[in-house]
Formats: sequence, structure tokens, C-alpha cells
Amino acid sequence: MSAEEKSMSIIVTKGSLDWAYPPFILATTAAAMGLPVTLFFTFYGLPLLLKDLKLQVTAAGNPAMKMPMAGMHMGLPNLLTAVPGVDAACSVMMKNLIKKKGVASIEELREMAVEAEVRMIACQMTMDLFEYDKKDMIDGIDIGGAATYIECATQADINLFI
Amino acid sequence: MADATLDAKGLNCPLPILKARKALKDVADGGILEILATDPGSVADFEAFCRQTGNELLEHSEDGGTYRFLIKKVA
Repeated sequence: MSAEEKSMSIIVTKGSLDWAYPPFILATTAAAMGLPVTLFFTFYGLPLLLKDLKLQVTAAGNPAMKMPMAGMHMGLPNLLTAVPGVDAACSVMMKNLIKKKGVASIEELREMAVEAEVRMIACQMTMDLFEYDKKDMIDGIDIGGAATYIECATQADINLFI
Repeated sequence: MADATLDAKGLNCPLPILKARKALKDVADGGILEILATDPGSVADFEAFCRQTGNELLEHSEDGGTYRFLIKKVA
């Protein structure tokens, strides 16, 4: 550990399939480049620590979401996203696209993060609030509150809010 | 000549870097890892990776869409 070694922390507040990527890609890549990394999962980011990940994406309210289809980029009208099954179908399509393009799955990235000893903290308050059980989460995570994160952030050079 | 080869063809960011990091662990100090990738972003990524980790990017080339990197393990 050299004196000039930088470190990073990320507050993870979102848990949809698309939003799961930035924190895990940044964390694993930073770890691969020698930075100690801490991820603090709070609010909708907390489900990213569940053993059983059932990540979904929605086109609702997402005007920038235009997927490659039939040679063009196409979006989905908000009204259609209210139809039962549409979000699930979009999520399957997104996962297939991810696989086809050789992009890692969130499960894979998360496993690499654990392997790289990225510190993962689950927000205690969110666990209480949304009634999540520690036994439903992956092993090796810490549980903490805001002060835990703040201490971490004061020591980290890069602090991101995702 | 390379001590080990990592085939990262068809893999997208950040997998080439992550797998290279793993592969480098099994290479002795001073040893050379050859990496093959198809991700165009990997060129800048491996340069940054080497600058940041102190490993040496000996050479990189491209042949018909496949990029080849030779990294010497230093740290």
C-alpha cells in the first residue's frame, strides 16, 4: 500500500438492472486497478445484496431508453409499460442483449467484487424500513448506518453517489 | 514470448481488465501476459490499467478486429 494509493466509496441508491451496472463496474474495475473500494447499499440499492437477484428494468419515464431493434433504436410509450408483463419482457430482452454482447451479468460482477474484497455495507435503516432479512443477503457483508458511511467517505479520495 | 495468454475476445468492459488482473496473479514477477480482446475500449483501458498498477505495457497491436496486448508484471 503506497502513500499515494487512492480509495473509492460509492453510495448505491438504485436497484434496477440498468442502475446496478455503474456501481459494480466501477467497483470491480477500481479494485482491479488497486484501489480499496467500499459500496454502501441504501434504499433501492439494498436489494442488490439479495442472494436471489431478480433485477428488472422499466422503460417507464425513461425517455432515453431506446434499444437496438430491427436496425433502429426504439423506445416504448409509457402507456405500454403499464401493461402487465411488459417490464418483465423488457428485462428479459435486456438481459439477452447483455449476454449477447459479452457484457458480464450483475451476478458475475458482484461475485468478482466479493472476490476482490470490495467492502459491501448494507444500510441498517433501509433493512428495517423495507423489512429485509440479513439471511436473505449474500455472505460477507457489513451492516451499518450513515455514520459508518461518513467515516468511510472521509478517508476515501473518490466518493460517488449513484 | 508470453508466459501466459488470456483470451478475452468477445468480452465487453470491464471483463478484459478484470480477467487480466486475475491472470496476472498467476504470472511470476517479470513474467509476460498476452491478452487478446475484441473490445475497442480495451486499448485505452489497458494503458490506464498499466499506468495505475505499475505493470508495463510492452506492446499492443491490432489485427482484423482483434487487439493484442503484452503486459509485463512488475508489481
